[in-house]
Amino acid sequence: MASKKIHAIYTDDDLLLQAVKQTRSANYHISEVFTPFPVHGLDHAVGLAPTRLAITSFLYGLTGLSVAVLLMNYIMIEDWPQNIGGKPSFTFYQNMPAFIPIMFELTVFFAAHLMVITFYMRSKLWPFKKAENPDLRTTDDHFLMEVDAENHDVEKLTKFLYDTGASEISLIENEQDH
Amino acid sequence: MYTLPSKLKLFSIIIMVLGLAGITYGFLTAPKTIEDVKEIMAEQDAHHGGEHAVEAHGEEEHTANFVDVARGEEGYSEAAMEHATDLKPEGHGSASHEEHVLHQLQTRPWSATFVAAFFFLMIALGVLVFYAIQYASQAGWSPVLYRIMEGITTYLLPGSIIVFLIVVFAGTHFFPWQNEELVAGDKILQGKSGYLNFPFFVIRAVIYLLGWNLYRHFSRKNSLAQADANNYDPYRKNFKLSVFFLIFFIVTEATMSWDWFMSMTPHWYSTLFPWYVFASMFVSAITVIALVTIYLKSRGLIPFVSDKHLHDLAKYMFAFSIFWTYLWFSQFMLIWYANIPEEVTYFIIRIQEYKLLFFGMLILNFVFPILVLMNSDYKRVPWFVVIAAVFILVGHYVDIFLLVMPSTVGHNWYFGIPEIAALLFFMGLFIFVVGTGLGKVSLRPKNDPFIKESENYHF
Repeated sequence: MASKKIHAIYTDDDLLLQAVKQTRSANYHISEVFTPFPVHGLDHAVGLAPTRLAITSFLYGLTGLSVAVLLMNYIMIEDWPQNIGGKPSFTFYQNMPAFIPIMFELTVFFAAHLMVITFYMRSKLWPFKKAENPDLRTTDDHFLMEVDAENHDVEKLTKFLYDTGASEISLIENEQDH
Repeated sequence: MYTLPSKLKLFSIIIMVLGLAGITYGFLTAPKTIEDVKEIMAEQDAHHGGEHAVEAHGEEEHTANFVDVARGEEGYSEAAMEHATDLKPEGHGSASHEEHVLHQLQTRPWSATFVAAFFFLMIALGVLVFYAIQYASQAGWSPVLYRIMEGITTYLLPGSIIVFLIVVFAGTHFFPWQNEELVAGDKILQGKSGYLNFPFFVIRAVIYLLGWNLYRHFSRKNSLAQADANNYDPYRKNFKLSVFFLIFFIVTEATMSWDWFMSMTPHWYSTLFPWYVFASMFVSAITVIALVTIYLKSRGLIPFVSDKHLHDLAKYMFAFSIFWTYLWFSQFMLIWYANIPEEVTYFIIRIQEYKLLFFGMLILNFVFPILVLMNSDYKRVPWFVVIAAVFILVGHYVDIFLLVMPSTVGHNWYFGIPEIAALLFFMGLFIFVVGTGLGKVSLRPKNDPFIKESENYHF
């Protein structure tokens, strides 16, 4: 299926945000936005579903905490108890204050690393992946909004995008399906 | 414009009167002589003699669990405690045990009043610091809250004067180093007498009072002047003033917490202590800002404050609850791990005599806020924030209680009429003064250079 898209380039993030809002309220469909940095409120304006990354992060944190508890209990209490600084390693709860830094660190470690990995998987990123940016300048100082032009009058849409402050507008037609 | 509703005003006056009566009752019923103490102790023994024996037994066992076992040395904690109580003016030997109890019982109304007085003072002071930080960092999100913060800091003047009077007149009730006899026989206290002596103590307290109140006076004046000015001069003045106040504050806050809290047990010290007190102060203060904001918002008086601002305040509550826990734990773990007699006494008495409060406070100040406020959306739901705020405020009242009580009245503590009365009195005074302060001017800070940004704040 041939898809027709219009790429509109903006030079300012506020302008982009404004344009996204206008485009959506005019019932055009924005398929993607490329920005050189995260723009505050853009996900909301584009209408993306709220991220569930925070929930996974909480669960990973709990996993890390449990791993730390089991780990410390095994190595310091069960397997090889040692008397360090006059602290006998007979029960977990008596020694717990000494384990708290480790519990904290592993909680953060698990939450952070697994969250990043989840994020990569969700956004289909991996090492040596070829960049999908349609325009190199979106990695520098330009913002690109991709609008579906399939069932719309291209002339009218172009005019509309021009009025929202786009500095460049180009029509993209490709054969591959998305 | 806000006016303190007459019902709330009446309520605050009633609890002030009740509180004052309770405080007076606490002072009047404190035992006067050793005979009174003997009577009280005999009565207690008669009342729950059997119970007492069991309790004492259980306590011993617990002692064995906590320190002695850890140290691998029987009687270790007892020796350490003896060492600690030796600091008390009358604590020499068992012959003067009654005298020691008498002193602690006489101290109780003082401590009860001081805990509540300082708790509300630290709220006002913490808000003042938060306010100064907003100016010094030229924050764009918070100017809509300036009048609310200024309203709360109205309490600083009466609150600080009362606390000043308490610490100056408490004498040896709070500060063993003011007992000359004790200092004469104590090398450590003699070594500290260059700092811990009464004239210098009073001078320092006067400096704190002047510095804090002068900043509050002039910053408020400039802030009001900005509303009628056609340039930004008052704002610029406030910026400079705030920077200097913050420097002044962090120094005086450290010495204040040494003077008013740490010197209650003058042999004990912790380098982290001022930060710990500050964390408690700051999180309580931000919590009160959030509460007052929610209250005013619910009355429709501040339509320019949005849930985004509440979200930010709740973030601060969340973050500083964790910060407080971090400091609490840092102090606890180092002392627990080193287990040095002169340091560990601080926690032995708190864990043995105040176990429920000591660990309950951790749940109130850490576990509840972190669970209630973790979700981003909940930070914008007023009643969620109110629940977290109640936990935090109760928790930090307990925190101040645990700073003062174990060091002054030891195991002779009880949450009774003097404590409740003091809490009521200062709560009433706080509501009255802050309510009146909020009603003085319009709640919208006009002409502030960042007011527009603040009103349109979103993220």
